Amino acid sequence: MLTGRAAGPKLLYQEVITAEPPPVLPGPQPGTTIGHRVTICATLRRLRGAGSSVSILGTRVLRTEDPRFLTTGGVYTEDVVDERLAGACHLFFVRSPIAHARITGIDVSAALEAPGVVAVFTGADVADLPSRKGPAMINQEMAQRPLATDTVRFVGEPVAVVVTAEPYQGEDAIELVSVDYDPLPAVVGFEAAMAGEVLLFEAAGTNVAAEFGKRGEQQADLFDGCDVVVTRTIANQRVAPAPMETRSAAAVWGEDGRLTAWIPNQGAQGTRASLARQLGVDAAQIRIITPDVGGAFGAKFGADPEHAVAAWAARELGRPVRWSETRFENLIAMTHGRAQEQTITIGGKRDGTVLAYRLDILQDAGAYPRIGAILPSLTILMAPGPYAIPRAEAFASTVVTNTTPIGAYRGAGRPEATAALERAIDLFAAEIEVDPAQVRRTNLLPPFTEPHQTAFGALYDSGDYVAALDTALTAAGYDELRREQAARRARGDTLQLGIGLASYVEITGDGDESGPPTENATVEVHPDGTATILTGTSPHGQGHETAWAMLASDELGIPLDKITLKWGDTDLIPQGGGTGGSRSLQQGGAAVQQASQELIEVGRGRAAAELEASPADLIFDVERSAFAVTGDPEASVPLASLAAAERLLVRSVFSAPGATYPFGTHVAVVEVDTETGKVFLRRVVTVDDAGVVLNPLLAEGQRHGGIAQGAAQAFLEEVVYDADGNPLTASFADYPFLSATEVPSFELADMATPTTYNPLGAKGIGEAGTIGATPAVQNAVIDAVAHLGVRHIDMPTSPQRVWAAVQAAAQEAGGPPDGQRPSRSENA
Amino acid sequence: MIPAPFDYLTATSAAHALDLLGEHGEDAKLLAGGHSLLPMMKLRLAAPEVLIDLRRVTELSGISSDGDELVIGAMTRHAELAASALVRDGAPLLAHAAAQVGDPQIRHRGTIGGSLAHADPAADLPMALVALGGSVELRGPAGIRTVAADDFFTGYFETVLGPDELLAAVRVPSAPGQPWGYQKFTRRANDWAIVGAAATGGRIALANMGPVPVRALAAERAAAGGASAAEAAQLAAEGTSPGEDIHADRAFRQHLARVLTRRALEHERG
Amino acid sequence: MQVNLTVNGKPRSDDVEPRLLLVHYLREHLGLRAANVGCDTTSCGACTVLLDGKSVKSCTVLTAQAAGQEVTTAEGLGDGDSLSPVQAAFRQEHGLQCGFCTPGMVMAATGLLAENPHPTETQVREGLEGNFCRCTGYHNIVRAVLAAAAAGSVESAEAGQ
Repeated sequence: MLTGRAAGPKLLYQEVITAEPPPVLPGPQPGTTIGHRVTICATLRRLRGAGSSVSILGTRVLRTEDPRFLTTGGVYTEDVVDERLAGACHLFFVRSPIAHARITGIDVSAALEAPGVVAVFTGADVADLPSRKGPAMINQEMAQRPLATDTVRFVGEPVAVVVTAEPYQGEDAIELVSVDYDPLPAVVGFEAAMAGEVLLFEAAGTNVAAEFGKRGEQQADLFDGCDVVVTRTIANQRVAPAPMETRSAAAVWGEDGRLTAWIPNQGAQGTRASLARQLGVDAAQIRIITPDVGGAFGAKFGADPEHAVAAWAARELGRPVRWSETRFENLIAMTHGRAQEQTITIGGKRDGTVLAYRLDILQDAGAYPRIGAILPSLTILMAPGPYAIPRAEAFASTVVTNTTPIGAYRGAGRPEATAALERAIDLFAAEIEVDPAQVRRTNLLPPFTEPHQTAFGALYDSGDYVAALDTALTAAGYDELRREQAARRARGDTLQLGIGLASYVEITGDGDESGPPTENATVEVHPDGTATILTGTSPHGQGHETAWAMLASDELGIPLDKITLKWGDTDLIPQGGGTGGSRSLQQGGAAVQQASQELIEVGRGRAAAELEASPADLIFDVERSAFAVTGDPEASVPLASLAAAERLLVRSVFSAPGATYPFGTHVAVVEVDTETGKVFLRRVVTVDDAGVVLNPLLAEGQRHGGIAQGAAQAFLEEVVYDADGNPLTASFADYPFLSATEVPSFELADMATPTTYNPLGAKGIGEAGTIGATPAVQNAVIDAVAHLGVRHIDMPTSPQRVWAAVQAAAQEAGGPPDGQRPSRSENA
Repeated sequence: MIPAPFDYLTATSAAHALDLLGEHGEDAKLLAGGHSLLPMMKLRLAAPEVLIDLRRVTELSGISSDGDELVIGAMTRHAELAASALVRDGAPLLAHAAAQVGDPQIRHRGTIGGSLAHADPAADLPMALVALGGSVELRGPAGIRTVAADDFFTGYFETVLGPDELLAAVRVPSAPGQPWGYQKFTRRANDWAIVGAAATGGRIALANMGPVPVRALAAERAAAGGASAAEAAQLAAEGTSPGEDIHADRAFRQHLARVLTRRALEHERG
Repeated sequence: MQVNLTVNGKPRSDDVEPRLLLVHYLREHLGLRAANVGCDTTSCGACTVLLDGKSVKSCTVLTAQAAGQEVTTAEGLGDGDSLSPVQAAFRQEHGLQCGFCTPGMVMAATGLLAENPHPTETQVREGLEGNFCRCTGYHNIVRAVLAAAAAGSVESAEAGQ
């Protein structure tokens, strides 16, 4: 079955040295060699000077930033000590305990009397602040007040704030704010939302916030010619991003009328723009400073209403204000992720060829549409995934419900596409009784070097999906796993083995409506031999301090420990795209390299003058970080000295031709206790091909973290509401946040298919692990009990769900579990 | 989240603690390891005005042998209990149960007295005590009374411990070599049991199958009457009224009770 | 109320509210901000410190309960500029990304190795069940703890000096 490519489970990066100078890559180019073995883009390896040295690019450089994190700890927003914040008071939110209600009265008199209370503010006090509307394509009537005025629409919605001199006093005082609520029926779940009997926004006239694609024009004959058609409605459940650092802010207005705000974020420039809109001020009046950020995963973009209220309060009080939310608040008021219901229909021939696929999405936006409301457009874009499906269509409707708003969460729209498709592939494979690996191999797009345009409008830059599949299967020992599975089935073991696959392609580094993706970097060399990089990216664990320094060091010959990275201060770096969508290396890193190269050229001009030589006669000796006259090494001048008379810096903008498309295959192995339904995740073997890897240590870390979050969604994590919209998973005791005992060590196989879209040959790795792991683990769990007649189990595959599926299959002799729409086989 | 304000007093002896309890009445709670009480206070589910810390009451610590019983001081931390050679020898089920509580940090602080007084029916030690047929020594103004485990727990987070009493010690039969079985079903390792089962010496106790740790009496009788583990376990859920939550509905809990009881019995029977 | 205790080898005497949690005492009174508050339910372990050499969650210990005892925080582990063996192993194995869970994780690992110097991978994972991480997937954290154990020279956790 396998094509027998010889490869161990882990192909190590080779250090390849070539004398070629870097080729110029203006845009997508054909002809880049792609294979399942690792290749290093020739641009990254250069002979230097007289001797040869091996570049640090592609090597496992330890993070330069680690020592302080390990000793004194990172300085997160709550840790910031700054004289501008001296005398700060502390902000605490009173939040709605009810999912949908009219506010009929707020009594703050008791709170005002409490010890240490400086002020209490309600929605009436912030009436001058604008409402926050959703993205442009969203029904604009669905807007949120910074503090609710007459209606609350989700448990956790901010209603009032109490400001106290000391933190402990605030927790006491918020209990004294008395709010009267007149309950309204809560809209929870898609059915209630679509029915529209109760509207969240009367003025909108509907609970439908947006539509994508043309459901009304779906093709009736899409599945003509199929031997087999399977359809099912499945859940891609709501999860909580739950970064370890909750949200916080510190804000103070200067005498110059400018706001300085410390906010953990994923892009200070975007945070400034969002805060400016929410405060109704000019962005130039705001300076955002980004301290260390304790994780974000998509939920710390821009600014939330709480940040705006904190900033407003600081101005109102003429005093610095600090805010930090509890985990309870974080789990109910930080945006959630995913929350799609998907009806998948797949049809094809009994030989395994898929002919048609339809994806119908219902997206829950929560109470106030945020970016999560429009992520279905990305789900639709990536609907066909890595497969050559002749006919496919996808559409989506987004509805509001009385629940926490949905935002971006690692993968942001793409995990949903892959999860739907990979479930469909497995359902199809089960229906035609063909091995799911074989069905994938049959339908994957063949390798391509020219960018490949899909019918959905995505331009995949490079890919070798079959090689990813085969590499992962070989690394996992797929055949042996199937033999073990068969043996356990024959014995009727209580603990059954499940093997799950997911092949995926995903989109990273996408631009937006303003144009193709860009990022800027400023590199400066100082007379003392150190260097500073300013980046428009915004690291929060990804290691940019090390990675960008590697890129600059590689060009400039300045040691890593002499290079400082700065980011996240909008006064210093007014423009930048931040870190998200796995864009940073391919755009931000490319910008750093580009700026460094351009700086060398500026230096060359100065060196030529100094050495009284022609610039063409000079070589830059990276090892010595100096220019020398060709053939006369003694005639040299250090790069740093060229900064003495005049600053030596370059600001460069890297413009990418478009988004890149990393891809891979995950193989998950689970054991399922068929008596209790408990799932044990035993192995996750992955190929995550994001092109050339700059620092394998960092890239592996991103893959590990992504795999863990992806797996967690499959079998563990879920945000649960009761029928009245009360959150039932609002603590880490109730929300099954993944701990170390639930996951194994992961097995990463390496594969690097470069992109020609940037000189680094790099695509984005940050979200790939999440995208592949979720369906692989879900498919594995179902596979473990497939022989008992189970065809599908919704995520998370909790013990209750697994057990219920096994029971139902036993009772119905192969039918679907209760509550699911049945799978249908029809002969065309 | 942080507790509401309270006054903090340190007891220097058990008698002193009882005096303070008597003085402050319902306004006061005893503080042992604080890992049942403080989490509740931080969530403002409990707000005693006075905490009486037992950390200096040395007479409440220590593990010793007393005839055919082990006597365990109420302030014994879970980690100590799990590591105790005396307990591992004489009542290994108890040592094992202590090792299942929470995580290592929690086990360094939480105490057996605090855990039993807290009386969470999903917790490890209450179930273990009932399975072992142990008892608790309660000290009050009137003296010491011993209450059997079967009689100690009266409801969710409720025991017969009076507001003027403190739980001073725990007694369990010392039975070296007596086989035992212990099953704790969780989503994650440091969770409370969705359902638990412990079997030893002809007794079977279940966790999270009702407001208190329950004895699976029908299963016990069947096992004593010669039934196989599987047959006896079929009766494990009889008479139970388990709650429902996001992890398990009633039917699933009862099913788990049967499976876990069977596994506990099988483990016990070797 | 007055509380006397030792923190990272230094004796301290401070007037504190009875309800002041140890984690807030360390952070706000002593400026030792490595320990972080990550949850409300004694679940996440980001606040883990050593109390008389044993790992505890400082969010669930009153400062008053630590009177007369020795507290060791991440700031007190290494020796001046050099990292402790566990800290060094975390760096070597890339066992941290955003760093928020890291001080607590390092303290928990230090306490774990003091009690079990040669744990298996399973024992490491179980030993860290009270410490949550969102970034690393635990893979490199486990590698770091095993590497520190293999190096064999585990920082003495008892005295916290």
